[in-house]
Amino acid sequence: MRDRTEGPLLRVEGLEKRYGARLGCGGVSFDLWPGEVMGIVGESGSGKTTLLNCLAGQLAPDGGRVLYDMGEGMVDTVTLDEPARRRLKRSDWAFVHQHAHEGLRMNVSAGGNVGERLMGMGARRYGAIRAQAVDWLGRVEIAADRVDDRPSAFSGGMRQRLQIARNLVTGPRLVFMDEPTGGLDVSVQARLLDLLRGLVREMGLSAIIVTHDLAVVRLLADRLMVMQGGRVVEAGLTDQVLDDPQHGYTQLLVSSVLQV
Amino acid sequence: MSAYNFAYLDEQTKRMIRRALLKALAVPGYQVPFASREMPMPYGWGTGGVQVSAAVLVPEDVLKVIDQGADDTTNAVSIRRFFQKVAGVAVSEATAQATVIQTRHRIPERALEEGQILVYQVPIPEPLRFLEPSEIETRKMHALEEYGLMHVKLYEDISRHGEIATSYAYPVKVEGRYVMDPSPIPKFDNPKLSMAAIQLFGAGREQRIYALPPWTEVVSLDFEDYPFEAARAPHACDLCGAGDSYLDEVITDDAGGRMFVCSDTDFCGERRAAGHVGRLGESA
Amino acid sequence: MIKVENVSKRFTLHNQGGAVIPVMAGASLTVAPGECVALVGASGAGKSTLMRMVYGNYLAASGRILVGGLDVAAARPREVLEMRRNVLGHVSQFLRVVPRVPTLEVVAEPLLEAGVAPEAARARAAVLLARLNIPERLWGLSPTTFSGGEQQRVNIARGFVRDYPALLLDEPTASLDAVNREEVLALIEEAKARGAALLGIFHDAAARARVCDREVDVTAFTPAREV
Repeated sequence: MRDRTEGPLLRVEGLEKRYGARLGCGGVSFDLWPGEVMGIVGESGSGKTTLLNCLAGQLAPDGGRVLYDMGEGMVDTVTLDEPARRRLKRSDWAFVHQHAHEGLRMNVSAGGNVGERLMGMGARRYGAIRAQAVDWLGRVEIAADRVDDRPSAFSGGMRQRLQIARNLVTGPRLVFMDEPTGGLDVSVQARLLDLLRGLVREMGLSAIIVTHDLAVVRLLADRLMVMQGGRVVEAGLTDQVLDDPQHGYTQLLVSSVLQV
Repeated sequence: MSAYNFAYLDEQTKRMIRRALLKALAVPGYQVPFASREMPMPYGWGTGGVQVSAAVLVPEDVLKVIDQGADDTTNAVSIRRFFQKVAGVAVSEATAQATVIQTRHRIPERALEEGQILVYQVPIPEPLRFLEPSEIETRKMHALEEYGLMHVKLYEDISRHGEIATSYAYPVKVEGRYVMDPSPIPKFDNPKLSMAAIQLFGAGREQRIYALPPWTEVVSLDFEDYPFEAARAPHACDLCGAGDSYLDEVITDDAGGRMFVCSDTDFCGERRAAGHVGRLGESA
Repeated sequence: MIKVENVSKRFTLHNQGGAVIPVMAGASLTVAPGECVALVGASGAGKSTLMRMVYGNYLAASGRILVGGLDVAAARPREVLEMRRNVLGHVSQFLRVVPRVPTLEVVAEPLLEAGVAPEAARARAAVLLARLNIPERLWGLSPTTFSGGEQQRVNIARGFVRDYPALLLDEPTASLDAVNREEVLALIEEAKARGAALLGIFHDAAARARVCDREVDVTAFTPAREV
């Protein structure tokens, strides 16, 4: 599944975002290749969520480029016109929020939530939309008989899985995730991680995952970027960065984790 | 009469509204913002429709006002009296004779003709509002023709009721471009939205005007496997016997007695005058 | 197949006054296809550190580490990942898996990642689990609940499920009973026979004597401590 194309899927060059005089994130450059999962770690306020929002087109950066392989070469999604960027965001890209209610329509049934992206792309057969919704609920381990229930009747873990189904139904190539396991019970987290790993492999997804949980990146991410004060202080293979951290901040981060 | 400018609003305001109306006619289905004025009636009583009517009325007009198809309900009567007082125009209950018809929640049964204007009172002009609370976002969705959300609403209907249960304010697509809320008319009236008359929609509280020029293409949204149906109660009018009009159900006693009558009082009256008699009707 | 040239390694402890601890200097060795080389030396001499550098888990401070032509010491992350996927297998002492994933899937995963069809991958995984005497009733369970010895055998099965051209073995026979120890040694001999280059740490001297062609004493690479 991996390495199907010759070039990177995403190329980030000198990305910067400021909040007045304060730096949100700055000097961020990296390539993400098809099928790769990259983790971004750092403590609260390190700029990792700002970076993710800039990458995903949720926030306009003040400088730099976010080049994406749209099939006909790399296109700068920062300067891309809005209709095209919005189309990209609801077809080829996906965004999984930490709080499922931010990524779901809470007053719409599970089936409607999953079907929205399909309808947004022009699907007009109710039966087919519903069948695909049920199929996707199955893939995220939600029983088919919950298809007409609203997410407000779901547990936290189920909501998060529903959010993932809603995002992946259009077969995106790049998924942005903001603390996808945050706020979930440990056992629920494990199930979600397992599910995400399986989907990433099956669908050949590329993903960028922001988290402060080093265990999550060890299990999901091929590569890791460590952020502090808006800057990337260290980047490399996930296990190398965690087992042989070079930067003082990373060493502190790694040594602060309780061993179980 | 001299206490009021013709049709209550000052000329500058009418000009402002007319400009909005012209823009609305030029871009069918597009919601044009306008500076809605305080009217001597509360929001929800047709302030948008009244301002539009005031802007289009000329002294020669014949005005008809209906509420749910009826000329004789409080809302219709008070608006009709308002314009009699502030514009001195002639009024009529006969659809055929009116040049301007202000309506709440119905399109008259009789086909309207070229030269007539139908003014709708609109409570919530934004069809996407049901699922998207942000005005910034809904405007963007209109601008970029992102209408997938409209079908989510219909999907929800089918999943919950086994059919598209939306029975009024049924969303339509205008000339293949803008999705529009036709105001809370029954979906029975949707097929009539392509008509010879000019249709103007005014939302006072929401400060929006939109319009359909004559013979605009108006398509009710649906799914391929759940096509749009213009539903009506499967009865004939108990007064005039009409089998093709939109009916109101009227409870007649405490024992479950009921009758179905045309919601369009003028249509029903004309039929009875012409000798048609329904199940409970008396010959005129 | 594996060639280590003049490699050094030091740890800089930024949070302890920036203390620099040199742990290796001038490390050099080669492992040819079909050869098994054992790293020896006292505990703390740097056997694991050298293994980790070869795998790309630790960064080398200087020198070259060639695995199948790729210089791991200078390679980009995705090249190292590619190498781990297709060239260099690893039997580590620790099993690190997502909880809840069944043992059969854990063992089949390297094949699945390489694009092998799921049925074929699981069939191959089943063969290895059977050889290593993991009872079939456990295959559907997560290995996180297994005993240490069982986890070790799952790890070995995972390491041998693919015919990697090169393999790192970290104490492959530790905590195994005689029967399973024999199986693992047989697997190592089979890998050598098909031409794989093996580099390992064996505390089990008898095992080392049986499968290893040469020994490299890492004590020679211990840098002179400047105090």
